[in-house]
Amino acid sequence: MANTGAKALIQALERHGVDVVFGYPGGAILPVYDELRTSSIHHVLTRTEQGAAHAANAFSRTSGRTGVCIVTSGPGATNLVTGLANAYLDSIPLVAITGQVPTKMVGSDAFQEVDITGITHAITKHNYLITDANDIPRIIEEAFYIASTGRPGPVLVDIPKDIAQAPCSAKAPEKVNLPGYKPVYKGHPTQMKVAAALLSEAQRPLIYAGGGIISSKAWDELLELAEKLSAPVVTSLMGKGSFPSQHPLYLGMLGMHGLPGANLAVSQCDVLLAAGARFGDRVTNEVSKFATQAKIIHIDIDPAEIGKNASADIPIVGNVREVLAGIIEKLPDAIAEKKEWSVRIKELKEKNKLMNRMMDIPRLNSRYVIDKLSSLVGDKAIITTDVGQHQMIAAQFYQGAEKGDFLTSGGLGVMGYGLPAAIGAQMAAPERLVFCISGDGSLQMSLNEMATAKEQKLPVKILLFNNNCLGMVLQLEDIYCKGKRFAIDMPGNPDFLKLAEAYGFEALSIDSNDQSESVLKEAINNGRPTLIECKITKEDHVLPMVLGGKGIDDMLLPE
Amino acid sequence: MRHTLSVLVENRTGVLARVAGLFSRRGFNIESLSVSTTDRKDISRMTIVVEGDQDIIEQVTKQLHKLVEVLKINNITGEEYVDRGIALFKVSSDQSKRSEIIQIVGIFRAHILDFSTNSMIIEATGSEKKIAAIEEALKPFGIKEVVRTGEIAMVRGDKSKLK
Repeated sequence: MANTGAKALIQALERHGVDVVFGYPGGAILPVYDELRTSSIHHVLTRTEQGAAHAANAFSRTSGRTGVCIVTSGPGATNLVTGLANAYLDSIPLVAITGQVPTKMVGSDAFQEVDITGITHAITKHNYLITDANDIPRIIEEAFYIASTGRPGPVLVDIPKDIAQAPCSAKAPEKVNLPGYKPVYKGHPTQMKVAAALLSEAQRPLIYAGGGIISSKAWDELLELAEKLSAPVVTSLMGKGSFPSQHPLYLGMLGMHGLPGANLAVSQCDVLLAAGARFGDRVTNEVSKFATQAKIIHIDIDPAEIGKNASADIPIVGNVREVLAGIIEKLPDAIAEKKEWSVRIKELKEKNKLMNRMMDIPRLNSRYVIDKLSSLVGDKAIITTDVGQHQMIAAQFYQGAEKGDFLTSGGLGVMGYGLPAAIGAQMAAPERLVFCISGDGSLQMSLNEMATAKEQKLPVKILLFNNNCLGMVLQLEDIYCKGKRFAIDMPGNPDFLKLAEAYGFEALSIDSNDQSESVLKEAINNGRPTLIECKITKEDHVLPMVLGGKGIDDMLLPE
Repeated sequence: MRHTLSVLVENRTGVLARVAGLFSRRGFNIESLSVSTTDRKDISRMTIVVEGDQDIIEQVTKQLHKLVEVLKINNITGEEYVDRGIALFKVSSDQSKRSEIIQIVGIFRAHILDFSTNSMIIEATGSEKKIAAIEEALKPFGIKEVVRTGEIAMVRGDKSKLK
């Protein structure tokens, strides 16, 4: 029998080594599901399409392979939108397949029809509406190629039902031919030479590492360069884990909730090397007050990032790993010691100890529990987070989760990412320990995915900090609305322990700081999906905090 | 400053929407846009006139380059080039004003396309400046309607932008 479009699609996925897809079936995508059933690909049925996108996102980040999700037309496709935006803003490679109504009905407002390519122009790297079944092999090749090369991102392929059913005799092209898409990997040699000279002559060099270090796996080069230059390293939220957290040169996360030492270092450095980072507003706050004393070297694979948010003295377009290696190669053999700067770095690290004051308090608090978790599992665990206070506290206090093991929604800041992300990560790394650090607000945006975890027999752990309140909004209202709190309390929250049990999870609770070690150990060792609830008060703000309009060295600090 | 970008794109459905959407969502303002086929069936040319300082034009160009279907972008602003647009003006013209209007049409080498008791349609072809000048000249008579095309542009000399 001749191939159909659907069969050609599944074959193309198999050819790309896809062994897991996350999805949700429906009418328009049915021909594809019919082929999926008899394929070698394992299908994970999530509880909503957004969960499928987030799970595919984390699968991609953990496995290093492009994540795939498959959903139906209309509501299936619109539910995917948030997940696509999240992958787009965090530069995560995804291929999303959506069903579409039959070609002759496109544009007629048919049942479950939306113009998903139109809707997702702004939040995909590229998208396709297939109009000929014979285009499927080529377009799927292109989709994987575009998603995973250059600056990675999501690509959506919309397939009308009749196209999936139509015969397809075309073969995949030997090579992708996209004349308008030519990502640059190699840095400009002269620029790298100038950067190497500037860095080696700097008195107070600082490296600001972003998500590009992780997506290009440039952590070894970053470590080598930092050590050769004796340059301290600060990381963005997306760059967390790109540098060993216990290293004497590591000053922590910078930005709006950055560590004191990291933020102060930015104002003091004379050369700032931004590597795979985009000077996002949560990093720079008021950009005109950011790194005012420094000459800026900016490495990014996306030329449009250079000069977009902050102007660079030395721009270098290219793959961060290749460019860092190029700079290292061009460094002089001997680089003068920077005694004054190393003394300053020690002082800055000392300033980070301010943070401990918020942790070392008698009442049960998330900082203490997260610190305990990292001392118990450190680099052994993959950490996913949701969005809110717990996310920032995890970024500040969790030590470990290096080289891409810290999965969080950085650019979009989407609540509900943590649990489906834990599912995706666990699918990619069944032997690893996966912890989802979450809050009661965020978890309720995707707690239906507990059923997915149970079904797939994934022993994911949810560490829930429950203050029956939207803590981050509370904090914003305290500061920007004169403490007039509104629309943040959640007195109707369920009994999360009973809920977890209902979903077939083991339910544990931590009622005091002292209990945290034993309860966490129990969860780590039980081999089952587990929810651990910590009932905390809502009194703590995330600190440091930089208020709107201020430079990041001007922080509200812990008392 | 006004910049004229000559952009070659793959001739596929949705390309115009992608380009227009990019301008609106990044907050760039298009002054004029014209799209047409080229001597190659698979390639279209967009001539985009956009107002902005150097930083904005650089961002526009870089963001356009990120679109997979955009093949080549030439900012021809700094080069020697010719540009043309067409404007149609419907001008009030009772008998007493007719000869004066016809004189203006002559000066600007414009054409009269339609003639009725109280109005006429005038076609003017030329650069942005020339069209602005004829519009100024016709204003006192009462312009009832204006329809304009986007500008198209071509670099002078032997150089060809389409390989």
